[in-house]
Amino acid sequence: MFLNQFLFFAAILFSIGVYGVLTRKNGVLVLMSIELILNAVNINLVAFGALHQDISGQVFVLFVIAVAAAEVGVGLAIVLLIFRNRRSINVAEADLLKG
Amino acid sequence: MMSLFAQVPVSTPEIQWFYLAPILILALGGVLLITLTSVAPVMRGRHISALFTVATGVLALAFLPFIAARLDGLVDPVAGQGGRPAVDLVSSALVVDHFTLWVSGLISVAVILVAVMLDGYLEREGFESPEWYALLLISASGGVILASAEDLIVTFLGLEILSIAVYVLAALHLRRSESQEAGFKYFILGALSSAIFLYGIAMVYGATGSTTLTGVAGSMTGRNAAGLSPAVDSSLVMVGIALMLIGFGFKVSAFPLHIWTPDVYQGSPTPIVGFMTSAVKVAAFGGMMRVFLVGFGGTFASDWRVLVLFMAGFTILFGSFLAIVQTNIKRTMAFSSIAHAGFMLVGLYAAASPVAIGDTGKRAVLFYLLAYTFMSIGTFAVISIVGKKGDGNHSIEAYRGLAKREPLLAMAFTVLLFGQVGAPFTAGFFAKFRVIAAAAQVERTEAYILAGVAMLGAAVGAYLYLRVVVAMFLDVQESPSTEMADSADETLALVEVRALEVPPATLAVVLLAAVVTLVLGIFPDIGSGALAEAALALVR
Repeated sequence: MFLNQFLFFAAILFSIGVYGVLTRKNGVLVLMSIELILNAVNINLVAFGALHQDISGQVFVLFVIAVAAAEVGVGLAIVLLIFRNRRSINVAEADLLKG
Repeated sequence: MMSLFAQVPVSTPEIQWFYLAPILILALGGVLLITLTSVAPVMRGRHISALFTVATGVLALAFLPFIAARLDGLVDPVAGQGGRPAVDLVSSALVVDHFTLWVSGLISVAVILVAVMLDGYLEREGFESPEWYALLLISASGGVILASAEDLIVTFLGLEILSIAVYVLAALHLRRSESQEAGFKYFILGALSSAIFLYGIAMVYGATGSTTLTGVAGSMTGRNAAGLSPAVDSSLVMVGIALMLIGFGFKVSAFPLHIWTPDVYQGSPTPIVGFMTSAVKVAAFGGMMRVFLVGFGGTFASDWRVLVLFMAGFTILFGSFLAIVQTNIKRTMAFSSIAHAGFMLVGLYAAASPVAIGDTGKRAVLFYLLAYTFMSIGTFAVISIVGKKGDGNHSIEAYRGLAKREPLLAMAFTVLLFGQVGAPFTAGFFAKFRVIAAAAQVERTEAYILAGVAMLGAAVGAYLYLRVVVAMFLDVQESPSTEMADSADETLALVEVRALEVPPATLAVVLLAAVVTLVLGIFPDIGSGALAEAALALVR
């Protein structure tokens, strides 16, 4: 396979993720969109690692997976906290802070 | 079975624990604190968590002079660092040099001061629990990792350790809905920006075939596995640099990635905002300087410095002008912190110039970080006191007559605000003067324009700080209290009646910050030796 196939696939995944973060109103779906972006990065890293015949790209992916798990853990906890207080995880309703 | 008992030597990598001390102390301090408070009920007493955190910070700080002495005593400085004393640790994942030490020192000081003011805050809010302090320490260890990372993987890990703990801290005021909203907004935008940052790292790795900063810098001259020369076929590197600039720009709240700052600062618990403006900003600028000046300093400096130039100019203008229309002091200070980030970016722009001016620029940024750490922590300590129980009393009107009620507090706050204005005889003056002077030394038309914009921003910014100062020295009786009139909210009226409680420890933080602001303004060359060493450590 060609390198650019991986890069295009990753770029499309990345764009879908950014679109999701910007348009989704449900807090959990926003978190999932961020996961999409991180997975796009993982595809890039593995593809480049294969290109350079270098292990550090794949090692990096393992770190990214671990960090993504930690991030989602914290994110879901915050979403849960908001849901307890407001009975809603709609991002658009989070409008207490403005000036 | 034999091999289980036979003592066969195995070769293990040598780890120089001594140089890792600041990171280890901060991280283990956080873990130990949460463990001890879970196991030993004695540890759950009043003030103990705060004292533990302060002790941990002081211990980390106490190691720095010894590490500096050992660095200076190195016979053979690491090659590739331009002869400056530096030690590569953990197979070149981290580097300890004077720059690392400077940033570690600032972060440790920030941890100590924030822990002290957090103690008074949590006691007032009735939230006394160790997890605040543990998260503070872990976040600080991430900051030190970020600033000392020599490998982009470790840079990313440091950034995430720094950030994730702060996302939680921002949302940790369980009774204020605003706090959770701030935490959520900070989390979503922060996670998005670190994902974009990571995409940038992947691009740089793809173009250069290396994740270490020296490897990235070195590979610009050669060809990679695909037969491409990164310096010539530069599109991947350029994309990578731009995306990484977005990631760092978010963390330091630079234009156009500053939008989150006012919301998050308004909603987050006030001492935590003090931590965000000091330790998080210091760490982010530390990581940014190391990655951009060491990794991309050579071949691509002329490309990204243009981006930094525009970011710096617009950040100063947006921060200064938008602060004027705010009525909430925390939002005002958020825009002021945006403007300050702009000034530091001016210094970074100068630092990307050829050697002599570059060192002036680096020194200017590092001095600015020192000055701003103290000024911002002191400022938010005052805001934390005036916020009263519930952390909601943050309109600028609330400062009316403060000079009469709390003369000492008001005096110290005046000094801190004048410091942020950049008035002479305060640290802020030299901080702003040095970045602008460094930019002017670049001697290019756009650099002069940037210096002019910075001066304009400083002048406009003066209005927002002086507005608060004037409010403090106005008499309460002079104007009928407007918030009493237009709000039928009885709880607000009750809050108004309750007198200001000033915890002595928090007051001490405010006074210390004010004194440092004055001392650095009168003797700006204190510690200039360490400052020069720190700036020289970042060789391009």
